[in-house]
Parts: sequence; structure tokens; C-alpha cells
Amino acid sequence: MRSRHARERLVGAVLLGFSIVSILTTLGIVGVLLFDSAAFFAEVSPLEFFTGTSWTPLFRPANFGVLPLLAGSLLIAAGAAMVALPIGLAAAIYLSEYAHIRAKRVLKPVLEILAGVPTVVYGYFALTFVTPIIRSIWPSTEIFNAASASIVMGIMIIPMVSSMSEDAMSAVPLSLREAAYALGATRVEVATRTIVPAALSGIIASFILAISRAIGETMIVTIAAGAQPALTLNPLRGVQTMTAYIAQTAQGEAPHGSVEYRTIFAVGLTLFAITLLMNILSGLVLRRFREEYE
Amino acid sequence: MTVPDVTGSPPLDNADPHVRHDPARFDPRLRRRAAFGAVFAVVCFLATTVGVFVLAALLVDIFRDGWSRLTVEFLNGFPSRFPDRAGIKPALHGSIWVLGLTALISFPLGVGTAIWLEEYAPNNWFTRFVEINIANLAGVPSIVYGILGLALFVRAFALGRSVLAAALTLALLILPVIIIASQEAIKAVPGSIRLGAYALGATRWEAIRYQVMPLALPGILTGTILALSRAIGEAAPVIMVGALGFLAFVPTGPLDNFTVIPFQIYNWVSRPQTEFHELAAAASIVLLVLLLTMNGAAIWLRNRYYRKL
Repeated sequence: MRSRHARERLVGAVLLGFSIVSILTTLGIVGVLLFDSAAFFAEVSPLEFFTGTSWTPLFRPANFGVLPLLAGSLLIAAGAAMVALPIGLAAAIYLSEYAHIRAKRVLKPVLEILAGVPTVVYGYFALTFVTPIIRSIWPSTEIFNAASASIVMGIMIIPMVSSMSEDAMSAVPLSLREAAYALGATRVEVATRTIVPAALSGIIASFILAISRAIGETMIVTIAAGAQPALTLNPLRGVQTMTAYIAQTAQGEAPHGSVEYRTIFAVGLTLFAITLLMNILSGLVLRRFREEYE
Repeated sequence: MTVPDVTGSPPLDNADPHVRHDPARFDPRLRRRAAFGAVFAVVCFLATTVGVFVLAALLVDIFRDGWSRLTVEFLNGFPSRFPDRAGIKPALHGSIWVLGLTALISFPLGVGTAIWLEEYAPNNWFTRFVEINIANLAGVPSIVYGILGLALFVRAFALGRSVLAAALTLALLILPVIIIASQEAIKAVPGSIRLGAYALGATRWEAIRYQVMPLALPGILTGTILALSRAIGEAAPVIMVGALGFLAFVPTGPLDNFTVIPFQIYNWVSRPQTEFHELAAAASIVLLVLLLTMNGAAIWLRNRYYRKL
């Protein structure tokens, strides 16, 4: 009896120890980012970092304004959103309100596969398939450009938008649909004026989460969008995103302890803060604005 | 300007012919609404098939570029400056090494955490904090895990650019996915099973070990395989941890230098010559076949699981 109780306590303690690893991971991420960022901000003023419009950490004179990288990330994410939000929402409406069960059985696995394609393969697709098409339409397009990365990134996040939005729409009670049909609404009117408004919190949460994913994605932009920090709104030009900068700098031999090495952590902290805030916002929208049924 | 109606009766006499709340002149415009509905349905259907078309284009693109490079010599060769001699042997072996170690690290941690959360955790602030923390970790970009791996495992723990550093980084990356999938699987086991075990004198751990786990295992394994298939396709964290583009040997231990297939693809696609792009496409085919195999295994497990319950 005693040994069984001792074993019970031991198992409980070990499992608790395992659970603490996930907390240590968060502490590790925050700690590592803050530690080297603090060293970075001891040499570069936060004012220059957050308001400077030039990012040339490897040149002399070095400039450490993060805005071009931030603008690059936002430009690509905005382009991806323009592709993914309408297509993802329309796909969710189709799957939730129109699709026959047999059509669903084919289309949903395809969307799942689309979500599982490695991002490096998407990057290859952007560079060797989408970019030549764009360049044949607008010949002045640079080889590395924001448009190609945006489009492919948008396609990558369609499944996120469609599956989360579809879940939200499917959760709307059948009685609401029946009531709308009883009032003489057509199918499209039921979908757009009853179901979408009722599921709006889930739909918006999926939008925010998808955009957050687009900001944090690395390989597509590293391969297809270029390595040139640029404060531009022109999607046919090359831009460098925060993620691409981090990946490209880590490959170059920035000596450990140098300012160039520490830029990785300052940019990483900025990226981490933005995506974390968006993920929290997405959760808040989901809980705060949910229409409660039943 | 209309005068506000204080009597409450509809102004029938001077009503505009298009005002729809006049019951005598109500026009449901059925044909127009039906036409709009049909157009809308077609648009939504086309939006859903965008994914199908893009997937087809992607596969055609990769197979057209890479099929002719996919030879036995390619699978058995080492990276080379000469595209005709280059192969992915170190990357293939590296991926399998990293995958194996990642599984060894993340599976016990993830399943253990899930068991603790579902079976042991008291209902208090600490448990809620652990759960919220896991949900937030699931949304952290993979490159940030790479930064953690670089600073913690490569530098602070002095593991260097090793298989082990990459595996530890990827294990932390997929840990939230394994935990959440395992929690779902454990939740799906009916409470009566546990009560039955307790009634026969089992302790809490005995009930979990001999009753709950066998029932939850297929679901846990499915989730773990899907999480591992994410790990095998990741390139960004591996770049941070320092995978090498030219590796003239196959890793034989956890502290050896390494490369993995996604990194090799990135390395080749970053070169301007089309010959290297073809190699990247061929390596992409290998990666997709690996992923398909893993996903097939997960689906097979899932189907078996549904038959049992």
C-alpha cells in the first residue's frame, strides 16, 4: 500500500514538472528576447529604433530604424489579407450553407492539405511560378517582389480563415436559419444577413489570427520577397520583412555580442509583441462579442 | 420632405410607388433575388475551389521541374557545387535524426502535460495560467522559437549547431500542438471508465495507465504524428539554429552538425541557376512524399480509433 501511494505522489510530481516546461518555454522566449534587446537598446536609442526610417545595420553609418521592416511585414500581410479574407469567407459560407456532404468530403481535405504544405515549398512556388506570371503582366516587376509573396501567403492562410469561420457559422443554431427562411428570405439572404452577423465574432477572430500568422511567416518572404528594406507601398518592388531580416541575418556571420547580432533580438521582440497582441485580441473578440445562443 | 406621421396609419394616398411597406404594392422582386442568389452561390463555390486549383498548380510546377532530377544518385548523393552530382543524403538522414529526437523529447512532455491538465490539475489560477500559456505558445511564430533555440540551446547550453539543438527547438515548437491534441483524446474517454477502475481499487495512476491511456492512445498518436509532420517541414527555426548548406557527411550522433530537407530546399532555391531550382523541386517532392506518408498513417489511426469507440 505504502509503495503504491509513494508512486502516486511521484507520478503526480513528474507530470506537474512536465507541465512547467511550457511555462519555462514562455519565460525562455521572453527572457532571451528581453536580455539581448536590453543590450541592443543600451547602444541604440529606442526612439531611433521605433521612429527611424532607414534600416542599414550592416553599413557605415549604421541606421537602426525598424519602420522599413515593419512596413514590409505589413505590406505583405495586407496583400495576403486581400487574397485570403474574401476567398476564405466565401469558402466558409459555401461549406457551411451550400455544400452537399459529398462536396464537403472532397473540399475540406484539400484545404487541410493546403494548410499542411511546408512554407519553404510555397516559397519555391511563389518564386518559380507566381513571380514569372506577374512579370509577364507587368514587366517592370523586380524578381523579388512583395506581390508574389503576398498572393502565395494569402493562399497559405485561406484554410485558417475558412475552417475557423465555418466552425463559427456551423455553431449558429438551426432555428435562426429556419426563422429566416420562414420570413421568405432566400438562401443568400439567410447566409449574409443572418448567419454571417450571428457568427461575426468567430469570423473576425479568424481574420485577426490569419493576419497574425502572415506577419509571423518566414520562408515565403525570405525566398520570394527579397532582402532589401524599403519603405514602399509598391507591391512590384522587393521588400524585407521582420522575419526575413531575422532569418537572413542569422545566416550571415554576425559575430556573437555585436550590435548586428543583437538586432536579431530587437526585431524578434517587436515581432513577438505584435503577434502576441494580435492573438490575444483575437481571443478577446471571440469571447467578448460572441452572440450567445441557448 | 415627408411630414412625420403622428396617427400611426400608413400614408397610402401620396406614397412613393417604390415604398415596400405598402402591402398593396409589395413587390418581392423574387426573380432578381433568385438571380443574385445563384450568382452568389457560384462565386462562393469558385472561392472554395481556388484551393484545389492552386494545389494542382503547385504539384504540377514541382513535378515538372523536379521529376527528372529525382534519381537514386540524388537520394544517395551529397550536396555539390555541380548540380548534376548534388544529392540530399545528408538532408534526408538529418531530417530523420531530427524527427526521431524531436519525437522522443516532445511526446512524453506533451502527453505528460495533457494527462496532468486533464486528470490531476486542481481547478485554480495556476491551472488556468498553464492552459492560457499553452494557447498563446501555439501562436508564437516559428522563427521566434528559432531565436530561443539560438540563444538558449546553441549558445547558453553550448550544444552548438547540432542535431540535438534543432530537435530541442522543434520539440518546444510542436509541444502546444501535442498537448492540445492529447487533451482532446483524453477528454473523449468516458468518466465511467475511470470510476469503474477506482471501484475495483485502482489508484489514480493505475486507472490512467491501464484504462484511460489505451483508449486515448490512437487519438494522441494521430495528433503527435500531425505535429511531427509540421516539425519536419519547418525551415525557419532550423536556419536560426544553424543548419549547414554543404554537409559532406551524414550525422551519426546528436551533437553532429546537420542539415534537413527544408533547409536544403531553401539553400538551393536561393541560388540563381535553374539547375539548382530543379534540385529544390526534386527535394520538395521527397519532402511531400514523407509528409503524405505521415499523414496517411495519422488518417489510418484516426479511422481505426473511430471504429473502436
